[in-house]
Amino acid sequence: MAFGTATAWQTADRSAAADDVLHTSQPLSADAADIYRSLADANTAASSGFLAGGQEPASVRERYEKDIRSAADKLVTAAAATDPGSASARTIAKLNTLLPEYKGLVERARANNRQGYPLGGAYLRYANEKMQTEMLPAAEQLYTTENQRLRDDYDAATPYPWIALGLGVVAIAVLVWAQRRTYRRTNRVFNQGMLAATAASTVVLLWLAVGHTVARSDLHASYDNGVRSLNVLHDASIAALKARGNENLTLVSRGAETVTVDGVTKDAFDVRYQEQINQLTTKLSTAERLADDTAGKQPVDAARDAVRQWNTRHKAARTRDDAGDYQGALDKIIGPAADAPTRASFDQVDRSLDRALAHEQRQFAAKAGDGRDAMGGLTAGSAVLALLGAAGAVSGIGRRLSEYR
Amino acid sequence: MDEPTARPARRARGVRLRGWGGVLAMALACALATTLVLLLPLTLPQRGAGGSAERPAAGASSTVAHGTQAEAQACASDVPGKEPERSLKPSASESGAAVRAIKDRGYLSVGVDQNSYGWGYRDPNNTSKSSELEGFDIDLAHEIAGKILGDRNAIRFHAIPTNERIPAIQRGEVDIVVRTMTIDCARLKDVAFSTAYFQTGQQVLAPKASTITGYDDSLAGKRICSAKGSTALAALKDDHASGKLPASADISTTVPNQLDCLVRLQLGEVDAVVTDGALAASQAAQDPTVELKGKPFTKEFYGVAMKKGADDLVRRVNQVLEDYRGDGGWQKSYDKWLEQDLGPSSGPPAPKYK
Repeated sequence: MAFGTATAWQTADRSAAADDVLHTSQPLSADAADIYRSLADANTAASSGFLAGGQEPASVRERYEKDIRSAADKLVTAAAATDPGSASARTIAKLNTLLPEYKGLVERARANNRQGYPLGGAYLRYANEKMQTEMLPAAEQLYTTENQRLRDDYDAATPYPWIALGLGVVAIAVLVWAQRRTYRRTNRVFNQGMLAATAASTVVLLWLAVGHTVARSDLHASYDNGVRSLNVLHDASIAALKARGNENLTLVSRGAETVTVDGVTKDAFDVRYQEQINQLTTKLSTAERLADDTAGKQPVDAARDAVRQWNTRHKAARTRDDAGDYQGALDKIIGPAADAPTRASFDQVDRSLDRALAHEQRQFAAKAGDGRDAMGGLTAGSAVLALLGAAGAVSGIGRRLSEYR
Repeated sequence: MDEPTARPARRARGVRLRGWGGVLAMALACALATTLVLLLPLTLPQRGAGGSAERPAAGASSTVAHGTQAEAQACASDVPGKEPERSLKPSASESGAAVRAIKDRGYLSVGVDQNSYGWGYRDPNNTSKSSELEGFDIDLAHEIAGKILGDRNAIRFHAIPTNERIPAIQRGEVDIVVRTMTIDCARLKDVAFSTAYFQTGQQVLAPKASTITGYDDSLAGKRICSAKGSTALAALKDDHASGKLPASADISTTVPNQLDCLVRLQLGEVDAVVTDGALAASQAAQDPTVELKGKPFTKEFYGVAMKKGADDLVRRVNQVLEDYRGDGGWQKSYDKWLEQDLGPSSGPPAPKYK
């Protein structure tokens, strides 16, 4: 009975944790990643539209609006899933305050840009600063916290149920001992009730051991093949967006902000672009290593190729800008396809990463689902079998007892 | 005496457990062990570290240089004959090394601003393919290129922030800087200047409804914005230390570019902006709700900055300025870019030579 209860309890716990992985913490972690990504994407779209002039292209504007809406929606979902007063709740509240502020700055930048005032560029740089130094770090923190929660759920789902296993061994040992004792005392080889109890207990014990081990291995696989890849790809995607945003701002600011690196003064936004491209390259190498099948590797390879092309084109754009050919540099960044602009390379990176992310998300859901299902019937099954076993044992003992009447 | 005999008996019973029940128990244990061993490779932990933390972007650096005492004898803004705006006598000669280098290269490299409405800025709505910078400073740069190289467009513009004007010249990235740059004694230690091409003065810019009346006690308790490395910031710091500016005035807000001050002002993060009157006017032109408050509290001149020691280039540029003042080019450019915001001009400042 105790064995059955312990099994039901421990597997229910683990099964619930596995279910949380699949239906709560991973989606929340993905939501946090989406918030992070939407914000970075909005910032990139804002600068792209700005560069195009007072009359920004409709597609860029729509992308920006969609990103802002998506971030706002996901913030609501995330808020509903966090405990009031927790660090995540505070971060979400902070982002909820900053989002309208940011949007206000971008609208002011647009309005001034439309009138041809250079003030628009100053507003856009300020909006960008707010995004880069306050919002994206907050979104990243939320993403890290949610990822930790996911790790915790994994940790709760995967340990062996030692109490149940131990009680199972004890229960079987007691049953065997009892039957042997009966045999010794009465020379009756089989006691049907006891035998049924032993069989039930053995089935539960084996089921528990095998089922949990399979579930555990599936969950680990979902982590290794799914979650780790997803995290790296999300990081790569964010780095690509930041790099693109900074590349745009290099042309928006035209040297209005500089930083000193090793005693050399450089354009602040170009330095940040370089940092993010390096980050992107590193993350893509890791993603390539983690990708465990062709369908996963292919988009990552495509993204790596596009990054190399991007960087080459970026250098060409910088050379033109440094030479004073602003329009030439602008064409190389946001120009039509004929100019072989970095815009096309960035889009390629972005699309490839989207494909890779979708693939890994499917892999994760399949593996984590298998893992949870492997534990699925165990709780109910062990409870039923434990009852059967107990009933069997009682009936067996009852029979013996009746003989004494 | 009971115990020694009891113990072997119990042990014997334990040994006797090795009947068929023991076999069953062993078989069960074996089954379990086999299962676990078979599945063990699947369960070995293979997790690694997650993503690495984002490295924060390097903070912007600022180099604020001020201090005036060293060349007090050679340069003093209030001593006739020693004013900083006194420059080398003009010359049309083009045999000097600096001018030759420019002619050999084929284009003039010019440091300019892109955020100063009316001085140097790029109109985002100009859809022509040659969409470029425009303004009073830009006109002058084109004039200099035209006179030295015979082609007004033999020019490459570099947009540089306020605090990079001097380093850009010192590193040789640009030949000249035409960027609303005030001629002063401190800067003369690092770069050379042409004669003055414009007269202005530091002024306070604030919302029309503000109680601020000018550069005076009405600034008490107010937050004031200025650009890093600018004349305005140097003046604010000096006056804050000397008590000319109320001690309660907060001058801690500094920004990469003077225009960023208007952003802060519109957002209510500061109460007033201090910058050159010419630039303050260009800010007011972009926002009808702000205005210049009081009179300029300094008298300053803009000059074309060049590398220290490039005397031939300084003389050549001064000759260009002589011609520019004389042939009406200066007035035409003023009327085009500045008259609307600054009012009619009484003409360019008279050049002073050493």
